[in-house]
Amino acid sequence: MDLQDLYRDVIVDHNRNPRNFRAMPDADLHAEGFNPLCGDKLELFVKLRGDTIEDVSFQGSGCAISVASASLLTERVKGHSIAEATALFSKMHALLTDDEAVADPADLGKLAALSGVREFPSRVKCASLCWHTLDAALHQQPDAVSTE
Amino acid sequence: MNATAPAAHGDRTGGRSPLDVEEIRRDFPILHQQVNGRPLSYLDNAASSQRPKCVIDAISNYYETSHANVHRGVHLLSQRATDLFEGSRETVKRFINAASTREIIFVRGTTEAINLVAQSFARPRLQPGDEILISHLEHHANIVPWQIVCEQTGARLKVIPMTAHGELDFDGFLERLSGRTRLLALTHVSNALGTIVPVKRFIDEARTRSIPVLLDGAQAVPHMKVDVRDLECDFYCFSGHKMCGPTGVGALYGREALLEKMPPWQGGGDMILSVSFEKTLYNSLPHKFEAGTPNISGAIGLGAAIDYMETVGLDRIATAEELLLDYATQRLRDIPGLRLIGTARDKAAVVSFVVDGIHPHDLGTILDCEGVAIRTGHHCAMPVMDYFKVPATARASFAFYNTREEIDRLVAALQHAKEILG
Repeated sequence: MDLQDLYRDVIVDHNRNPRNFRAMPDADLHAEGFNPLCGDKLELFVKLRGDTIEDVSFQGSGCAISVASASLLTERVKGHSIAEATALFSKMHALLTDDEAVADPADLGKLAALSGVREFPSRVKCASLCWHTLDAALHQQPDAVSTE
Repeated sequence: MNATAPAAHGDRTGGRSPLDVEEIRRDFPILHQQVNGRPLSYLDNAASSQRPKCVIDAISNYYETSHANVHRGVHLLSQRATDLFEGSRETVKRFINAASTREIIFVRGTTEAINLVAQSFARPRLQPGDEILISHLEHHANIVPWQIVCEQTGARLKVIPMTAHGELDFDGFLERLSGRTRLLALTHVSNALGTIVPVKRFIDEARTRSIPVLLDGAQAVPHMKVDVRDLECDFYCFSGHKMCGPTGVGALYGREALLEKMPPWQGGGDMILSVSFEKTLYNSLPHKFEAGTPNISGAIGLGAAIDYMETVGLDRIATAEELLLDYATQRLRDIPGLRLIGTARDKAAVVSFVVDGIHPHDLGTILDCEGVAIRTGHHCAMPVMDYFKVPATARASFAFYNTREEIDRLVAALQHAKEILG
């Protein structure tokens, strides 16, 4: 296991300076996610224009992986359609859990930096929490999301 | 018994451990391995300790030579198994100085012991408006069973407050005692912070008001001599796996007069004298509370663990761990940006801490890469985390087989974490 592979520069940067880290009082969609194992707590806000994610932001506390993952998520899905975000969720799921999955930088961009997480099974949930939370927000599941 | 004979030093002389730790470590096969290419530094003993070879052997020997069901057959193996199982009960009785083996119930662990008391002792006695008193320091296992019984009966849960050092507020305790207090359920040693609660003081106060007292001793028995008759508690609960014994076994001590009056908690084989469809007669203590085939090998392993710890010497264990705690506390205090959570005057060998700008979970992963195993998270004590306004802490917890070098490795790994993420 190589720590450099987990804490890549992009991750460290997004942990120190998370992007879109704010509440959104006029959000159209909103969901909360919890990781009971480590106490991560995440709130995700989405503003829609038609089918497009016009704005997305998050708040909460968590480890470097979960904060960076959420920050990268907001950067990546802003301006994309709900369908595109949903497709991305599947790709991220594969990237984080499937050893065979190959990160295509052209497709995933900075999100590919999270591929090192799968070498650390106890940390996969940290990286995937925000994606599950986004999925819940977009599809309006009534209860808070948990990684358990 | 292959426990190590203690070194000559009998007490804390010039900060030297009274144990020959290198010899002690030879008793624990698991400690001699590399983790992620580094020597293992196992500093997660409050979650679960490791087992010496003699405990592993006691379990293997039992299965290889003596296994059969207990309290049943007339054949030789059943008799052997029963003798070993009941012999362990005798060992547990002696270990905590109970008056009789009738007061020792084998359970899965501390959690099950507390649930047993909640359902069998508290539930039938509680009326709406009655109160159960616990503390802010409790592990979830000493919170949730009481919440459940409160829901079932209409009783209310009251909580003794704690101070910024992680000690219990005795005046706050006195204020919360009332004519409706029906039970005091208190941790002996906090798992999250290491605070040793001066339980005797609390018990004395409760006894003058005839309030029964349960102690959660999961974190106490591995580190200090516990004498239930000296404490004068009514129930004492502990687990095997935190004191060098197997997982899935523990003991409930209960004052015989109370256990006698309590209804069985679970029904089944072994807890009965006779069964017909019209009427069942329950077995006598302690079997009344042990329905079904028990964890025989676990109880035997627990007995072996107690023998081992007594051979090493509980006083020497306490002294050795105190020295480790002093050393770790001093080394960690020197790390800029590190804040110790839980600074009680009287502590077991547990250091809980947070580091500025680095989440405990990240610390846990980085330390693991250096071979250092610690616990990170809320330690099943979320109210304690809420009090200190942290989502989680990193926690290093020491056993008598740990060394100063392992603490040095912990400190070096923390410095590395700060370089990566600080």
